[in-house]
Amino acid sequence: MTRQKHHNAFISVEGLTYAIDGQPILSDICFEVQVGERVAVFGPSGAGKSTLIRLINRLDEPTAGMIWLNGEDYRQIPPGSLRRRLGMVMQAPNLFPGTVADNLCFGPSAHGETLTEAEIRALLSGVDLVGYENRNVSSLSGGEAQRVNLARTLANKPEALLLDEPTSALDQAAKNEVEETIKAIIKSQNMTFILVTHDRAQVERLAERVLLLEAGQLVADGSVKEVLDARSVD
Amino acid sequence: MLARWIDNQVWLGAAQAGVTMVAALLVVWLTGRLKLGLKKEILISLGRGVGQIVLVGFLLTVIFSADLWIAVPVILVMIVAGSVMTIRRVRNIPHALRISFIGISAGAGLVITVMTLMGVIEQELTSIIPIGSMMVYGAMNTNALMMERFRSEVTSHVGQIEAGLALGASPEQVIRPYSRRAISAALTPNINGLRSLGIVWIPGAMAGMVLSGQNPAYAGFYQFVVSGSIFVTAGITVLISIVLLRSQVFSQAEQLLLRSEADN
Ligand SMILES: Nc1ncnc2c1ncn2[C@@H]1O[C@H](COP(=O)(O)OP(=O)(O)O)[C@@H](O)[C@H]1O
Ligand SMILES: [Mg+2]
Repeated sequence: MTRQKHHNAFISVEGLTYAIDGQPILSDICFEVQVGERVAVFGPSGAGKSTLIRLINRLDEPTAGMIWLNGEDYRQIPPGSLRRRLGMVMQAPNLFPGTVADNLCFGPSAHGETLTEAEIRALLSGVDLVGYENRNVSSLSGGEAQRVNLARTLANKPEALLLDEPTSALDQAAKNEVEETIKAIIKSQNMTFILVTHDRAQVERLAERVLLLEAGQLVADGSVKEVLDARSVD
Repeated sequence: MLARWIDNQVWLGAAQAGVTMVAALLVVWLTGRLKLGLKKEILISLGRGVGQIVLVGFLLTVIFSADLWIAVPVILVMIVAGSVMTIRRVRNIPHALRISFIGISAGAGLVITVMTLMGVIEQELTSIIPIGSMMVYGAMNTNALMMERFRSEVTSHVGQIEAGLALGASPEQVIRPYSRRAISAALTPNINGLRSLGIVWIPGAMAGMVLSGQNPAYAGFYQFVVSGSIFVTAGITVLISIVLLRSQVFSQAEQLLLRSEADN
């Protein structure tokens, strides 16, 4: 019945609920994301932020609720192509053993495509790692590894990025590197992204809109200023 | 020496077992003095060992007098028992019993049938049952090793597996390196066994044939047939099992279900 309404938004989340053994982790989450929006999912640790982003990537199955992608029921999209379209970057890089280039080629080759050397170079320059193609991933610093992770996701040419605390495992210098990289990507590609973070300053630096999540509930949804100002009062 | 006093073969066997038991108890007493804390375990194992194998001996006496077709239910019982023993060694895998049963049945069933039809196993219960039991036992061990290794590979690589899924790879693609490792780890003891065949260790089938007075050269060939067939059985079993296992570890929607030791 509400189906019509969702044909406009890029991502529509409706009544999304996730429970483990009857324990609610997320309850009745509703929001929409438009193409090109930069959304932060903000909230304390344990609020359900990772769960939300995993559900959007369909790494977990919701207990109830719906997600629409350009008006299409996300369950109608084969999981592999849904995940390529909504590129996920997790907190830990989890690179595959091998070289940087091996990692960049993984996504495309999983569905029968190959990256040209020029494409690999372009991806690496996008994350400021020119000349890293043949480096073994075991020799990378934390910040470098996370940037390879970003490039590996971008190799799939996603329509949007889902970033789950991409800098929270990094020291300050590496964190700045990765943030700069994310900013550059946003700027050059006008990419839609949903960034999960519990770092308020990072929200202010990277996002234009905030979804405030507390104890599995979406308690606020608005511009960075509105939501964060209201929150600093209480 | 015992044979001079006892002429009934079964009683002779019992007396020989008694002598062995006395020797074993001597070892128990010695280890008890060393305070290894193994006393109870050894006593239970010795008791169970003698009980089970003698019971099987009597059972076989009865079975061997039946029709050839009794081999089918007997081997089926072995496969069920083997599957139950497998899942005792494998934690946290849903439907492990069913997977083991199907895997072992396919491997052992196929090899025993083909070998019997081709006459490699004589079409007599006295061949089919003992050799069949070796196939089932080998398949059971290999399968348990494979399942346990697979489980630990998956639970210790959750991050990489989910990273692969998130990059749009299929469950088969992301799991491939871990399946390979599980299979090769499981088959390694078997392969090593083949390589060391006859060096130090004269395995059961050959030992039995030599003990009962058959030509040792023929016994050698036959032992290779048995060991090679155990390898084939084990290989088929794990290849089938791993496909079934993979379908338990991922959901229909290509989500990793087996994520931590505590799950399930
Ligand atoms: N597999 C799981 N089993 C049980 N509880 C879980 C599981 N995954 C997450 N949770 C719980 O769900 C809540 C939300 O987790 P998460 O989405 O990771 O929060 P956040 O990312 O906001 O820190 C936490 O209380 C966490 O303990
Ligand atoms: Mg989290």
